[in-house]
Amino acid sequence: MIVIIDYGLGNLGSVKNTLDKLGIDSVISNSIKQIKAGSGLILPGVGSAKQGMENLRKRKLNKILVSEIKKGKPFLGICLGMQLLFSESEEGSVKCLNIIEGKVKLFNNKNLKVPQIGWNEVKVKNSELRIKNLFKNIPDRSSFYFVNSYYCQPRDKSVIVGKSEYGIDFCSILIKKNITATQFHPEKSGRIGRQFIINWLNL
Amino acid sequence: MTEGKVVKGIQFVNFRDAGDPVALAKEYDKQGADELVFLDITATTENRNILLDVVSRTAKNVSIPFSVGGGIRTVEDMRLVLENGADKVAVNTGAFNKPSLITECANYFGRQCVVLSLDARQVRKNRWNVFINGGTTDTGVSAIEWAKKAVSLGAGEILLTSIDTDGMKKGFNIELTKIISKNVNVPIIASGGAGKIEDFFEIFEKGKADAALAASLFHFGELTIKQVKNYLRNKNIPVRI
Repeated sequence: MIVIIDYGLGNLGSVKNTLDKLGIDSVISNSIKQIKAGSGLILPGVGSAKQGMENLRKRKLNKILVSEIKKGKPFLGICLGMQLLFSESEEGSVKCLNIIEGKVKLFNNKNLKVPQIGWNEVKVKNSELRIKNLFKNIPDRSSFYFVNSYYCQPRDKSVIVGKSEYGIDFCSILIKKNITATQFHPEKSGRIGRQFIINWLNL
Repeated sequence: MTEGKVVKGIQFVNFRDAGDPVALAKEYDKQGADELVFLDITATTENRNILLDVVSRTAKNVSIPFSVGGGIRTVEDMRLVLENGADKVAVNTGAFNKPSLITECANYFGRQCVVLSLDARQVRKNRWNVFINGGTTDTGVSAIEWAKKAVSLGAGEILLTSIDTDGMKKGFNIELTKIISKNVNVPIIASGGAGKIEDFFEIFEKGKADAALAASLFHFGELTIKQVKNYLRNKNIPVRI
């Protein structure tokens, strides 16, 4: 059972709809018991970092997330769910979960519209087998759907497995042990996105 | 959309039935649309809330971005729409009447989630006003000024509909789109007036739009999404095929 973590924010419905369509058993929940029992966790996106952290803390989900991730449970962070893993975010100058060292920064380019809203290519850099599996049946430079004003800057660059370009090259997907995190929304990226989720489940 | 059916009007009146929203949404997803926009156009004027069950049934059938608007007056309205599967929420009259709604929603859900739906009509040379209540009320406020203000309050995107060109099928409103696009630093979706394939190229090239929305052309099967995308790609406009 995949648990989609309900922290009162984000497009929980979209993620659930996609998993339902794929015939994958999932539940939207903020119950600590269910989160502990889940076979995998998804922290979805959409929302502001400050509100996101506040809501996680209010529901006492921050600690359980950290401990479940440390235990090695498969975890997928999407968009804000990726950013919240970092040490801190410029969005509301907020301290985040600090599971991945680094900062979340605002796109700072006067010639570009912020947020980035739309389809953008993901260039996969790493040829490790596990990453090959994650991108099985997904051609390199496939387009995924992004909606973000901020991007993640991990201190340890080796976690970056894919980059996209929006004024600068930014980390659009990272993997660290049991953590997979995407700046794009696989649940909104049509057929390719569905394939990505299937691959993640099969990792 | 009105009364649970997809409709398409001309300059916001004379609506013609275009079918079942869920079936259409499925079809567009399959055809390769990049995004769906769903507006409950009479929610405000009928002083009711958006039809959440239609939102939810539509959302279940699409795996592309889905923006929903109509009758949004509070953060709670917005939360309900998101909970029912929308990815972005469009605010229009509710935000004009209470601009702080934009800030509240942006603080809560992030600005990328808040779309300003702006219906504009030309009132004299080089002057477009914001019209609210489904295009029936001239606010007297300049579309440019409202667009700038709404962005400063937290709108992350503007769905710009030209009432003058809507449903006329003589091309998008290039002049209006260009001037709004020049004045704000968020993506502009141009809407209203697409009548032939060339119109799509013009609105990107001359109108400086970031995205183009079309309704009747696709609803009534005059063009497919694929035809439009292939055409644009050949013209060197970046599109996802």
